[in-house]
Amino acid sequence: MLGRFPALAGADLDVDTGEIVLLSGPNGAGKTTLLRLCAGLLPLRAGHAEVLGVDLARDRKSARASLALVGHETFCYDDLTVAENLRFAARVSGHTDADADAALERVSLRRVADVTHSRLSHGQRRRLALAIALARRPRLLLLDEPHGGLDEHGRAILEDVVRAAPLQGCTVLLASHELDLARRLATREVQLVAGRVHAVPRVTSGAGAPA
Amino acid sequence: MKRLFLGATVLALAATLFLALYVTPPRENQGGEAVRLLYLHVPCAWLAYLAFGVTAVASALWLLPRTRHASWDLLAGASAEVGVLFTALMLVVGSLWGRPTWGTWWEWDARLTSTAILFFLYLGYLALRRTGATADERGTRCAIAALIAAADMPVVHFSVSWWQTLHQEGTVFNDKLDVKVNGSMAVTLLLAVAAFTMLYGYLVLQRFQLAQLEEGREERALQRAIEERVRADEVAVV
Amino acid sequence: MTLVRDALLVAGKDLRIESRSRVALQQILPFGAIVVVLFAFALDADRALLSRAAPGLFWAAVLLAALLAVGRSFAVEEANRARDGLRLSGLDGGSVFLGKTAAIAVELFLLEVVLGILVVVLYDVALHDAMVLFCAALAATIGLAATGTVYGVLAGGLRARETLIPLLVLPAVTPVMLGGTRAFQAALDDAPGDAWPWVQLLTAFAVLAVAAGVLVFGPLLEEA
Repeated sequence: MLGRFPALAGADLDVDTGEIVLLSGPNGAGKTTLLRLCAGLLPLRAGHAEVLGVDLARDRKSARASLALVGHETFCYDDLTVAENLRFAARVSGHTDADADAALERVSLRRVADVTHSRLSHGQRRRLALAIALARRPRLLLLDEPHGGLDEHGRAILEDVVRAAPLQGCTVLLASHELDLARRLATREVQLVAGRVHAVPRVTSGAGAPA
Repeated sequence: MKRLFLGATVLALAATLFLALYVTPPRENQGGEAVRLLYLHVPCAWLAYLAFGVTAVASALWLLPRTRHASWDLLAGASAEVGVLFTALMLVVGSLWGRPTWGTWWEWDARLTSTAILFFLYLGYLALRRTGATADERGTRCAIAALIAAADMPVVHFSVSWWQTLHQEGTVFNDKLDVKVNGSMAVTLLLAVAAFTMLYGYLVLQRFQLAQLEEGREERALQRAIEERVRADEVAVV
Repeated sequence: MTLVRDALLVAGKDLRIESRSRVALQQILPFGAIVVVLFAFALDADRALLSRAAPGLFWAAVLLAALLAVGRSFAVEEANRARDGLRLSGLDGGSVFLGKTAAIAVELFLLEVVLGILVVVLYDVALHDAMVLFCAALAATIGLAATGTVYGVLAGGLRARETLIPLLVLPAVTPVMLGGTRAFQAALDDAPGDAWPWVQLLTAFAVLAVAAGVLVFGPLLEEA
């Protein structure tokens, strides 16, 4: 629920392991809400939701260890450096500094590892948010408008990460406005309009296959 | 049924007033006529704590998954709103009585001071309640706040009493509110407590029912919003 | 034990943020100092009066500074939605509570040392019974930090957070104010025997506050 208004009413969605599902739809359709719901951050008022085998109505917390959310905010601390934020995020979710460093490499932020979060550019913050997600070695990756603010290099990294995910047993749920870029990555697309889900038939099939 | 309750309450209050003003005697060294304020002060003190107790119990029932229901949150809020009024009244009346009795507007005795702290805890709780429109939004925060305050009060009262015993300044100030009551005074006092408790009950009931109506209106507005979205969506798909 | 390990992680994070941003050092400490000076103005710089009132004035200043420390501790979690990051991390609520409380307690304790020195100098106080002072301050600080942390998370995400936290915290920490003042008074009057019962009260309050915090922090963190 967003304030007093229901954000999702009748969203029916089934995602199989290894899929890369694109959530498209206009602003206010409820994409962010759906992703946060899957992450267990929002309470389920009605209906049924199961994420990674966990019934969200009964337990919102257990699935969090195996998933990662990349939202509009980075979940970081302004006064800590990139490396410090990454290491903290890794350690508190039960992972190691090695995982943090590996993630840092993957998003190419090694150069700014010692820059404090407050001094990062928008694009760098988006990459940091992605790195934090990767350091958690998730089985479900929830991406909320990940393309926003990324330059060419950043977008390439994002695509690389998303494409590699299924190979590591990770499912991706991606909400995006950048339909051209996102459609290239997704195996399936669903449209979220006014809180309801509609499947979008694909002209081409398979992830990464250009039309 | 409610009308009957209101009638009985008014009757009890009227009887109390009559007894307090005409039947019971004034006390020479404890304020003379002003001692009659006791019949207001003591019930208010009792209600200040009863009301908070009700808020705490209702909050606990809200928190337990088995008994969770919006009504408990609404009851907790209603009792707190009525309770804060009686608490304020208790403090004001205590002050009004103090003036002719000991010459000061306020005495830092244990009971008045503890109740003053309770008053602030009430205010904090009520401020918290205003941060959410429905029971679901504010319920857990407010319930936990109420329970923490309820657990804190004994500790506060203990510290304040202990602190106050360090201030022995003579028997006059020790037995401030320990007026020896007997005979007609005792009867009147008991009647006053009963009458005011009924008044409390009636006010909480009123406030609770009002809150239920408000909550019902919120729920219906929500339902309408859902239906509108579903309908609009159906149009869009077509 | 993971509870302690995780708490240390969180405390370490908060203290590192402080060492980097220096808000407690450059803003909260001066605030406490200004309050101490304010009290002197309020009492017309009457040396005898100030000296007698010193314990109470000290603790009043500490309580007010504690409100700022709590506010800051949670402001840090509001920015960039770090709060959600903590929720997603899967950390136990109790661990986060202990960590944040520990960090606030450390900052407050250091603050108390500096403000204490200031009070001794400005209010012309003769120090006695350092042991009693230390124990009383330790217990009081833990109780204060724990209570502040509970209300800090309770008010998290709410619009009127900055004004709500002081209203919620101050009445609740009345035992700390009374206990701290009385214990310090007894110590400075060179009657430590009178102080120990108050130290016990402060300790009991601290234990209750920490227990309550460990219980409720998790659920409160999950609220909106």
